[in-house]
Amino acid sequence: MENLVARIGECVERGKVNKSSPYPRDMQGQEGTDELTRRALDAGVGPDEILQACSDGMKRIGDRFSRNEVFVPELLMSAKAMNAVMAHLKPFFQTGSVKAKGKFVIGTVAGDLHDIGKNLVAMVVEGNGWEVIDLGVDAKPAKFIDAVKQNPGCTVGLSALLTTTMVNMSRTIGEIKEQFPGTKVIVGGAPLTQKAADQMGADGYAPNPQGVVAFLNGGVQK
Amino acid sequence: MISFIETLKSGKVLVSDGAWGTMLQERGLQPGECPELWNFTHRSSVFAVAKGYVDAGAGMILTNSFGGSPIKLAHYDLQGRAAELNEAAAAISREAAGDSRFVLGSIGPTGEMLMMGQVSEEAVSDGFRLQASALKKGGVDAIIIETMSAIDEATIAIRAAKDATGLEVICTFTFDRTVQGEYRTMMGVTPAEMVKAVKDAGASVIGANCGNGFDQMIDVVKEIRKADSTTPVLVHANAGLPIVEDGKLIYTETPEIVAVKARKLAESGANIIGGCCGTTPAHIRALVKELKTA
Repeated sequence: MENLVARIGECVERGKVNKSSPYPRDMQGQEGTDELTRRALDAGVGPDEILQACSDGMKRIGDRFSRNEVFVPELLMSAKAMNAVMAHLKPFFQTGSVKAKGKFVIGTVAGDLHDIGKNLVAMVVEGNGWEVIDLGVDAKPAKFIDAVKQNPGCTVGLSALLTTTMVNMSRTIGEIKEQFPGTKVIVGGAPLTQKAADQMGADGYAPNPQGVVAFLNGGVQK
Repeated sequence: MISFIETLKSGKVLVSDGAWGTMLQERGLQPGECPELWNFTHRSSVFAVAKGYVDAGAGMILTNSFGGSPIKLAHYDLQGRAAELNEAAAAISREAAGDSRFVLGSIGPTGEMLMMGQVSEEAVSDGFRLQASALKKGGVDAIIIETMSAIDEATIAIRAAKDATGLEVICTFTFDRTVQGEYRTMMGVTPAEMVKAVKDAGASVIGANCGNGFDQMIDVVKEIRKADSTTPVLVHANAGLPIVEDGKLIYTETPEIVAVKARKLAESGANIIGGCCGTTPAHIRALVKELKTA
C-alpha cells in the first residue's frame, strides 16, 4: 500500500502518465499515475493520501524547476501525470470528501494570448491541492472582477508574456484592489520582476510556479 | 548589391533594427490587436516604424510579420489571410529600405508546443512554408526565424523556409540565465545545443534575441562563440526589462548605455547587432555611431 502511494508520487515527479507513455525513457513499459492511482483506490487507499503523494511529487519537480535543474518539458510531463491522478480523484472532490486548500483564480491579462506559463502555474497549483479557476488568455479586468465576486476569499494570479501587456496587468490589479481591497494578487511572466510587481501594487511576484505555491501556502490560506 | 552573407564576410559589424511591437504600440496598436493586420489597416504606421530604423542608419530591417504564421493568426481568425499579410509586411519594409539595405522576413514561434501534441509537425511546417513564401514574394532578402525556444519547432521552421524559398535563413533563440549562471531556453536548450541543431537544419546565421538586456546577451554570444567560431552571429537585445510607471512602460537601458554595451557585444563575436523589446530608432542611431569604428 505504502509502496503504491510512494510510486504515485514518484511518477508525478518523473512525468510518467501511463504504461503506454514513452516518457520518461527509463520507465518505458512501467505503470504510470493512471494505473497506480486506480489500483491504490481499489485497494482502499484514501484519496487524501494519494493527493498528498501527488502534491509532494509536484513540489519536488517544482523545486527542481525553480533551481533550473529541469525545464518546461519536464514540468509539463509532470503536470500531465498529475492530471491523470486528478481524473481519478475528481469524484471525491465533487462529493466533498476531499477538500481543496482554497481557490486560485488565474488568467493571462487582456491583450496577451500566451498561455504556456499560465498553464504551468495552474497545473502546479492544482497539483498542490488548490481549486483552480482558469480564465484563459486575454482576460479583461471585468472577467477577473466577476471571478472574484463568484469565488469569495480567492487569490488571484495574473500572467503576461508581452512586455506591452504589463500595462494591462497594472490596470487589472488596480481594478481588483479598488473593488476587493482584501483580495491578494500575485503576478508572473517573462517580462516581470519583483520591482515591476511592487510598482503595480501586486501582493506577490513569483518567477516560477513553485513560487506561486509557496505564496499561496504561506499566507492566504482560508 | 552584394548578398547578405557576403556582406557579413567582410568583417564589418552590421547594425540591425530595433523593436517593432513597442513602436507600433506607441502609434496606437492596442494590446490584443493583431499586429500583422496593421500591414493593411495602418500601412503608413508600419511603414513609419520601418523608415524610422532606416533613417537611424540600420543596415538591415525586419518585417512586421513575427506572428504571421497561420497557426498564430488563427487566434484572431485571420489564418486565411496569412499569405497576404506576410507579403504586405515584406513589401512595406522593402519600400522603406530601398535597394541599398537588407530586408529580413521575420518569423516567430507558433506559440504551440509540439511535444504536447497540440499541433502536428506537418501543420507547423506547412504554416512556416506559406509564411516564408509570402515574405519572399513581398521582396525580402533572407528569412529570420526568431525567439525560438524548442529545437523541434526551430528546425522545422528552418527546413520549411529554406525549402520553400531557397533564401538564406537566420535563426535566433531566446535564452534566460539560470540560477547556476548558465544560459538555457525555457525548454532547457543550451546555446551549444542550439548552434548544432540549427546549423544541421541549414541556418547560415545563428544568434539570440529578446532576453534580459544587453549584459546577459554578451554572455550568450560568448557561449555561442565557444561552440562555433565561424558562423555569423546575430543579436537583437532588449533594452532591459521594463517597469510600469504611471501606467506607462519604462525600459531601463537608454541609447547611451546600449551603445557602450554593443561594442562589447561586437568584441565578443557578434556580427549583426540590433534591438528587441524597448529599443527605438534612438537606440539604433547610437549603435550605428558607436559601431562605425568597431
